Amino acid sequence: MGRMTFVIRRLLLLIPTALGVTIIAFFMIHLIPGDPAATILGIHATPRAVAILHHQWGLDRPLASQYWLFMDRLVHGNLGQSLYYRVPVSGLITSRIPATLWLIAYAAVIAVVISVPLAMIAASRKDAVRDHVVRVIPLLGLGMPAFWLALILQSELAVKLHLFPVTGYGQGPIGHLHSMFLPALTVAVALCPVVIRSLRASMLNVLGADFITTAKAKGVPGSRLFIRHVLRNAVIPAVTVLGINIGFLIGGTLIVEQVFSVPGIGSLMINSIFQRDFPVVQAVALVFGVMVVLVNLLTDMAYASLDPRVRFDR
Amino acid sequence: MSAISIAGTAETAEQARPRRAHWYRQPALIAGLVLLAIILFMVLAAPLLTSYNPDTQNLSATLQGFSSRHLLGTDQEGRDTFTRLLYGGRTDLQVAFLAVLFPFILGTVLGSVAGYFGGWVDILIMRLVDIVVAFPFFVLIIALVFVLGPGQRSIYVAITLVGWVSYARIIRGEILVAKRQEYVLAARSGGLSSLRIMGRHLLPNVITQAIVYAMSDIVQDILAIVTLSYLGLGIQPPTPDWGTMISDGQNFLTTHWQLTTIPGIAVVITGLALSLVGDGLADLLRPGQS
Repeated sequence: MGRMTFVIRRLLLLIPTALGVTIIAFFMIHLIPGDPAATILGIHATPRAVAILHHQWGLDRPLASQYWLFMDRLVHGNLGQSLYYRVPVSGLITSRIPATLWLIAYAAVIAVVISVPLAMIAASRKDAVRDHVVRVIPLLGLGMPAFWLALILQSELAVKLHLFPVTGYGQGPIGHLHSMFLPALTVAVALCPVVIRSLRASMLNVLGADFITTAKAKGVPGSRLFIRHVLRNAVIPAVTVLGINIGFLIGGTLIVEQVFSVPGIGSLMINSIFQRDFPVVQAVALVFGVMVVLVNLLTDMAYASLDPRVRFDR
Repeated sequence: MSAISIAGTAETAEQARPRRAHWYRQPALIAGLVLLAIILFMVLAAPLLTSYNPDTQNLSATLQGFSSRHLLGTDQEGRDTFTRLLYGGRTDLQVAFLAVLFPFILGTVLGSVAGYFGGWVDILIMRLVDIVVAFPFFVLIIALVFVLGPGQRSIYVAITLVGWVSYARIIRGEILVAKRQEYVLAARSGGLSSLRIMGRHLLPNVITQAIVYAMSDIVQDILAIVTLSYLGLGIQPPTPDWGTMISDGQNFLTTHWQLTTIPGIAVVITGLALSLVGDGLADLLRPGQS
């Protein structure tokens, strides 16, 4: 299969997935037990308020027509009306998305900075003590609740030692870097186990390749060999691992944003859950889903154009 | 399901592991099993290890430090922290083991059907997998538990609806390879029904991969349960649970650090034990893919 065919095929595959994501977001309302409008409104559920919501959400129509209404509003950029803030949800999301994107990018950078040296140490001598030590670190990280680490870091480094602001997003790029260091570090710690593992495996794979044997035979010194030959070839898989785990990365930002009061869409979603603001929860879930689908697409495309060895089978 | 593969990875994977793997030669597996046995013993034998009730409040002995009467002190309602830690572990582990079982079954059934029959059934199921995978795990779990209403039942439903996809992918992939093997062809030409071939012949041969994955999946489920409880969406008070303990303790973090720190460490150690067992099992059962 040629490269162009691959790109077209990949774009066509996007359609059913993107549609499916909207269907799941749409169906959330029908998972609410009882009458969704009455349940969401709780003690504020007067017959009039319930009727207004029924009309607003199209619950008084047949199911197919409800979905059509949902999609029609969606393509016009209408994500509904927040029940708590009483403003359009799309505005809430666009004003809060920069903080989340900052956090994701910052966490990805920190994750790479932590993971690459550790993976190099582990792969430099397979099954040695250092390899075993590095392999245990991810296992500790895998089972660590992000919100717990966030609370501990916040209390020790921000409240007690005043090294970082306790909460918030900061002013300007420097302010963001300073204020968001602890949130980004927390998200990165959750991501590191996955990255270290894949990076170690791909480095070991590269180390077994013929061109490394040739380089060794030519007398290339160890450090040069590792940086010029192994690391270069292992970085592409690492980038892909980051791309594939974008969902994991995004999921990590939810609670961390909440603990550090970062004004992103993750904390918006959690706060909206506390305020029983269903339209916002639904819209944020949808935005996160779409984000993951797009990043996966970009990862596949980047991968295909970066690595000449990629085969386009299946 | 990635559409991309790198040429040459298969060969290097095959070169590895000349020696046979034995369980007693796996230090990670043994360490994990020992740790897990200790944790399971402590949470199951909780009534023998402590004389306190996890829910009994004692307002004359609140927020106490470490002592011989209260090993790990007491919380803001005078409840013994050590006792709540043991009973909380009981709750979380029990919910996690059950929560991993449902997606395991659903994913195995759907993955087998997709892999064995192929065609439009396969396309349909795998498209569904792609759609569920598009959502970040935590986002979908939290949103689902929110719409279903807080509590244990919602945790099971949400984790099942989201978690089955990994098992379906693994089992489908294994079945695709296994169904071309001679014993399956023999069974088919012998006139056995598809159900019998899948259940009696294919599944026992492909299920190990799913079991190995389940060990790491439990870790993720424990995190999800603890996180939901921290947010007040999961296990409801007064039932003790590690997430609620961390959440209750966070207001006293600067003065009584142990209330938040200790349950968190319990989660990390449990995760470590399960991951070690999972990794060890993986090394043992699928040599060449360390």
